[in-house]
Amino acid sequence: MTPVGLLRVLALGWWFHLKMLARSAFNGVLQVLWPLFFATIAFLMYGLGRGDRALLYAAIGASVMGVWSAVSTSASGAVQRERWSGTLELLVAAPVPLPAVLLPITTAMATVGLYAMVATLLWGRFLFGIDVSIEHPLLFAASVPVTVLSIGMLGFLLSVTVVRYRSGWALGNAFELPVWLVCGFLVPIGILPDWVRPISWVLAPTWGVRAIRESALGGQPLPDLALCLLLGLVYLAIGVLAAESVLASARRNATLSLS
Amino acid sequence: MPVIEVEGLRRTYRTRTSPWKRAAREVEAVKGVDFAVERGELFGLLGPNGAGKTTTIKMLITLLLPTSGRASVLGYDVVDDPREVRRRVGYVFGGDRGLYERLSALDNLRYFAELYGVSARDQKARIGELLELVGLTGREEERVEGYSRGMRQRLHVARGLLHKPEVLFLDEPSIGLDPVGARELRTTVSDLRASGTTVLLTTHYMFEADELCDRIAVIAGGRIVAEGTPADLKGRVGEGTVVEVEVFGDAGAALREVQTMTGVRSAAVEDRGHAQSLVVRAEPGAEVTQRVLALLTGVPVGRVATREPTLEDAYVELVGQTAESDAAAAAGEPDGVEDEPEEVRA
Repeated sequence: MTPVGLLRVLALGWWFHLKMLARSAFNGVLQVLWPLFFATIAFLMYGLGRGDRALLYAAIGASVMGVWSAVSTSASGAVQRERWSGTLELLVAAPVPLPAVLLPITTAMATVGLYAMVATLLWGRFLFGIDVSIEHPLLFAASVPVTVLSIGMLGFLLSVTVVRYRSGWALGNAFELPVWLVCGFLVPIGILPDWVRPISWVLAPTWGVRAIRESALGGQPLPDLALCLLLGLVYLAIGVLAAESVLASARRNATLSLS
Repeated sequence: MPVIEVEGLRRTYRTRTSPWKRAAREVEAVKGVDFAVERGELFGLLGPNGAGKTTTIKMLITLLLPTSGRASVLGYDVVDDPREVRRRVGYVFGGDRGLYERLSALDNLRYFAELYGVSARDQKARIGELLELVGLTGREEERVEGYSRGMRQRLHVARGLLHKPEVLFLDEPSIGLDPVGARELRTTVSDLRASGTTVLLTTHYMFEADELCDRIAVIAGGRIVAEGTPADLKGRVGEGTVVEVEVFGDAGAALREVQTMTGVRSAAVEDRGHAQSLVVRAEPGAEVTQRVLALLTGVPVGRVATREPTLEDAYVELVGQTAESDAAAAAGEPDGVEDEPEEVRA
């Protein structure tokens, strides 16, 4: 497959799955409402006797929570839906490599997560009157897409397992809440037990949310941003390398269809 | 050189008896099948539910790995060169699944055209051509969720043909279609064969197989029990006669006696709506009608007819014989598993 052909498959696949998400009224309402709930909880937690910057800190955490939730639960659920609707076999039977089929699904979900970020900041600004002025706008503009993409890559890694394991979609749900905590979306990871730290370090959202906070509140976001990007690429590489053996295992164990 | 070559193909499924136990039950779905399909041929794979037809097709289109044996499509091994096989084959199955319901037919076709490597330049023309072929022109912008069963099936066919596959696998494509839809589908399949596409078709409808297929393999219990042209298969029971007796009551007791009657090859009771039909396949020259009617004393009987055997009669006889021999084998082997499956390849 040529690089141009691969890019076309990725871009059109992303648009196709985004279009499909937009056609589901139920999913759409949930995607609109959930981030606002996350944001409200965070604002109420941080709003007691703290200043505006603490609220912006909370707003960013809540917005990345929204991105992660959209990707973790929805991406693995999306692959499972392909199995239920009988399209997973057709996707696998296509000559394009499996990662080129799965990546657009997870990146479409991550794109929906972008909405969560924007909605959270607007919700904070207009309902809670938070000052959302950004210290380093350019770095902020770079940190947001890199974080969303890296979270998308983590979702891709989860979706590869769903191809092999029929109940793999539950992994996404199981990881949703622990990652909120371990990656410091709501509380600083410094207050978590020491043994949790290595887990936080290998998760790209930890560095992504730090990079966004540093660029918004003032600081040095570049090292965090670089680590977030690096981890995203590592997830991508592992997913691509694992995809063929996962697919062979799915073919051996007959898990591509429901029966 | 055959386009599809299958040698000793086997597939065993392992199912866990419980998520907490390692113990697993093994079911041998395909027990060593061999067949070959020549270029441009329309080859039918007939068999009852659970006979191994879909499993065989899924191995050939690289969705399942064989437990043992080998298969190649257009010279490419289905285990070693899956991507080469996928590039050249199309797969269409029957039923409602396999489409993105919330999107339009056009969206579905564009997406699969991309996945199957149809160049951007050719996509529009190819999709238009296929919509015309399957009679969906003018309806392509509508969401699939609003399509009838027949329209979905036609969309499936269009999807399967997007990349002009050299070999097309059709797995019960006419299931659930109304008679007009099924006839249109048969015409499409026939046209494809005429244009040089090699087709492997599975179906439960004997008249469909009889009308379309150049050659047929009957698969039952995971094994191929007969292979040949429709005329060859009919010829296996062609020297006898078939007696059909319409029965309005319980023909079960009489059936057991008819099955053991001299001159009777096989007998079965088929439901025909308000009545049942006792179908008796007799040896050449054997006069069985009067003896069968004598056994039905006390049961209301309607129309009695004697006719030449059809492909369906040949199929029922072949499948029936296999079921009997499998039952006898199972009685001799308490666990029901005949052979230890070999190691999984790859």
